[in-house]
Amino acid sequence: MTQAPAISVVDLTKSFSGRVVVDHFDMEVPKGAIYGFLGPNGSGKTTTIRMMCGLLTPDGGHGTCLGYDILTEQDQIKENVGYMTQRFSLYEDLTIRENLDFIARMFQVKDRRARVQAALEDLGLANRAGQLAGTLSGGWKQRLALAACMIHDPALLLLDEPTAGVDPKARRDFWDEIRRLSAKGVTVLVSTHYMDEAIQCDFIAYIAYGKKLISGTARDIPKMIGLHTYRVTGPNLTALEATLRADPGVGQVARFGAVLHVSGTDEAALKALAAQNQAKGTHKWVLKEAELEEAFIYLMAGAADNYDGGPA
Amino acid sequence: MRWRFSWSRFLAVLSKEFVQMRRDRITFVMMIGVPIMQLLIFGYAINSDPRHLPTLVEMADEGPVTRAILMGMQSSTYFDFEGVVTSPAQGERALRDGTANFVVVIPQGFETDIVRGLSPEILIAADASDPTAVGGAAGAMSGIVDTAMAQTLTGALGFTAARPPPFGVVVHRQYNPEGNSSINIVPGLLGVILSMTMIMITAVAIVRESEKGTMETLIATPVRPMEVMLGKIAPYILVGYVQTLVFLVAARVLFGVPFIGSPVAFFVGFNLFIVVNLALGFLISTVARSQMQAMQISFFTLLPTILLSGFMFPFAAMPGWAQAIGNAIPATHFLRLVRKVMLKGADLSDIAVDLLGIAVIMLVIVTIALKRYRQTLD
Ligand SMILES: Nc1ncnc2c1ncn2[C@@H]1O[C@H](COP(=O)(O)OP(=O)(O)O)[C@@H](O)[C@H]1O
Ligand SMILES: [Mg+2]
Repeated sequence: MTQAPAISVVDLTKSFSGRVVVDHFDMEVPKGAIYGFLGPNGSGKTTTIRMMCGLLTPDGGHGTCLGYDILTEQDQIKENVGYMTQRFSLYEDLTIRENLDFIARMFQVKDRRARVQAALEDLGLANRAGQLAGTLSGGWKQRLALAACMIHDPALLLLDEPTAGVDPKARRDFWDEIRRLSAKGVTVLVSTHYMDEAIQCDFIAYIAYGKKLISGTARDIPKMIGLHTYRVTGPNLTALEATLRADPGVGQVARFGAVLHVSGTDEAALKALAAQNQAKGTHKWVLKEAELEEAFIYLMAGAADNYDGGPA
Repeated sequence: MRWRFSWSRFLAVLSKEFVQMRRDRITFVMMIGVPIMQLLIFGYAINSDPRHLPTLVEMADEGPVTRAILMGMQSSTYFDFEGVVTSPAQGERALRDGTANFVVVIPQGFETDIVRGLSPEILIAADASDPTAVGGAAGAMSGIVDTAMAQTLTGALGFTAARPPPFGVVVHRQYNPEGNSSINIVPGLLGVILSMTMIMITAVAIVRESEKGTMETLIATPVRPMEVMLGKIAPYILVGYVQTLVFLVAARVLFGVPFIGSPVAFFVGFNLFIVVNLALGFLISTVARSQMQAMQISFFTLLPTILLSGFMFPFAAMPGWAQAIGNAIPATHFLRLVRKVMLKGADLSDIAVDLLGIAVIMLVIVTIALKRYRQTLD
């Protein structure tokens, strides 16, 4: 990672009618990475992404995207970035082929016809190319949107909650595609609030109320939070889960099948609790390394939608 | 390179717009159907040659000439005699409350005055508050009188016919002495039809992009504002052409409106007018947040276009402030232009001042519109 970063922004700030929506936000996305951008609804993810790709002008801060200044070189950024909006925003009254063709023309893609045909075949939609985009199911719309924002072979993909409201199978397929692209060297910044997506990422940043709370490699995040986790097995986990939840020393309890992951940031309290429970002998408590799953749950827990103003 | 206008992107936006227009059946039908409907409704409501108008007679005399004239009026089909009034006050009342459009007054001693060569006058009091109603009928009077004379003033009375008119007809237009004719109104209708459809269709077509979210995709691409603006507007110029063509044919065939001026002047004028309306629609689209709002604002602009442009009321008769507003409306200048060309035989140099008026308004609108259309979402 000695290359220049794909995205590097410092102190990005944006207010809408007096309300600060993104607050001194920093982010550095290394080239070739899959970078997960987490945060509850309304925390400012979309606004931040729009500022990075030149769709919104920041009130404060500066930065570069693919080496271009986000304040002055929006045109070059637009030419080299693929941006997939949160809402499906292709033309529902155009056919699949017409949509791809139109976007390709906007980017003045060379060998356009061949490129569009190839995209259709990659999509597996070549025989339905004449179908109106509005008649596609959610998962297919998502894939079409991805194909559209990839049509000019951008070096950087900005995906804003690309799989919101899509079934798990379609989501997995979608991520297979993302990883394929990443392997080809495309940098991907993806906002999400699904855990199964978060754990696919090499890097994570977490934002709440417009402020970045934490960022780093996926591996380091649990340590950075200072999360300690016990793996608990044994009978009657449901009852145990309920009692543990009520315990102030426990930050969170997550159930994974026949296993409970009991985590908290207060190491001493957690240790005492484990010892005390071990002594009863009914359950087996094993200290494990906290992983991204726990970190994700920890971060998302208690993070209500951020729409009605931030904390004081 | 990158700040340059790209023809290929412009053409892409344009053809996309055409495809969408073609798929949106209802709007497409409206674009052609509404003008035809308007023309028919307005056109027949302001029928340039209405007939069978209720007419009363006040007969203070009677004789062969009187009978011949009344017969001629009846058979012209313009006038329908519905009764006799016995006093001027009664005739006045009938005109005021609208039960009659005309009151024909045959003065006392009419027949004998003709024989004596005193050139008596028949008075036709007309309710000219509806100018179109009066125009055709009043115009038909001279022919009717000539025929009546030819029939009756022969033989013994033949000598009176040889001299200057043995009697006169005075048409007294009440309530609206100026008497705007329908032929004046029909060309004005073109201004109203084009304004209405052009402004509304453009505004709605553009707002649809932001309402459906497609604008975000669009401006995330390298496309330039000018390419979007022109690409979205150009297809509707064509729609304006179709509407104008339909209008011209209908005006000639249905309403017999002449076209005596320079076609080139007309062509230049209506192109400029179409463009200014499209620009206005574009401006509205930068203000409106939804298609519904775009429609409402468009309708709002239609009101001054109809009322203050000289379409409904004579421009010269409006108070100064209303004229000032009127002069800021493109349709005002277009109306003058079309009337001059179609009815008064004007050529390009005659309408230069009107073209200038539209051009100035357009410059202002385009400047504001381009300023307001951002390449960003703020
Ligand atoms: N164009 C806008 N005008 C006003 N407020 C906005 C606009 N866009 C977003 N917001 C507000 O900014 C906050 C952050 O929104 P957003 O960036 O969409 O969050 P996220 O993508 O994380 O859900 C929300 O409270 C939202 O209502
Ligand atoms: Mg969002």
